[in-house]
Amino acid sequence: MASNTVKIKAKAAGGRIEVKTLIKHVMETGLRKDKKTGEKIPAHFIKEVSCEHNGKPVMVANWGVAISKNPYLSFNILGGTKGDTIKISWVDNKGESDSAVEKVK
Amino acid sequence: MSIKRRTFIKGSAATGALALAVSAGLLVPKSVLAAWPENAFKQKELNDAIDALFGTSKTEDGKIEISAPEIAENGAVVPISVTTKIPNVQSIGVFVSKNPQPLTCSYDFQGTLDGFVSTRIKMGETSDIIAVVKAESGLFSTKKTVKVTIGGCGG
Repeated sequence: MASNTVKIKAKAAGGRIEVKTLIKHVMETGLRKDKKTGEKIPAHFIKEVSCEHNGKPVMVANWGVAISKNPYLSFNILGGTKGDTIKISWVDNKGESDSAVEKVK
Repeated sequence: MSIKRRTFIKGSAATGALALAVSAGLLVPKSVLAAWPENAFKQKELNDAIDALFGTSKTEDGKIEISAPEIAENGAVVPISVTTKIPNVQSIGVFVSKNPQPLTCSYDFQGTLDGFVSTRIKMGETSDIIAVVKAESGLFSTKKTVKVTIGGCGG
């Protein structure tokens, strides 16, 4: 099980919450070959990232293999104030998952 | 009478256990699992991928801004963001026309969000990036060409 893979920064400004998040993940495409063995490295990538604002779902991101390694994602929630909670969780194609909760600053 | 009562209790106990399992996150409701658009990700042609994701590949031009570098030295990490002033955005799809699978990512909005997302994507070679926005008023798209010096898909 993956742990401590999600970093969230959420800031309230100008009537909205700016959410920025970084996730630690290999995001392997399945197209690369291992240089030593010449064998293909199997695909291993995050498929779904869901975002909750105060426990209410606000967005689901569907990702393919073309998202860069250690993915970055940013979006803005309209409304909300300091002290609200933002939760980001992900699931990859191998069924691994992780999530994190952060308070809006 | 008593037999009926027995089966009734058994039945309700079983449903109760199932509901408990769902709420505890042991069973993920099917709608959540089915949400990942596998068919759209599998498509190898741009228009097929747009069609598979949005149900049509006919889009109106404009009202969307893609910010991405003119020249990306490293195709493995191309920062892009999509901004739109279109009200009531339902979803945003980002496509790279010459990637082996054109669909890179899609975002389904469930709450009130600004028309904005930013991510870093991989690009195999110099290609167009196409952003498609689905809103209440229709389907819109914009494209931008990004030159790639070193591809980031294979190796």
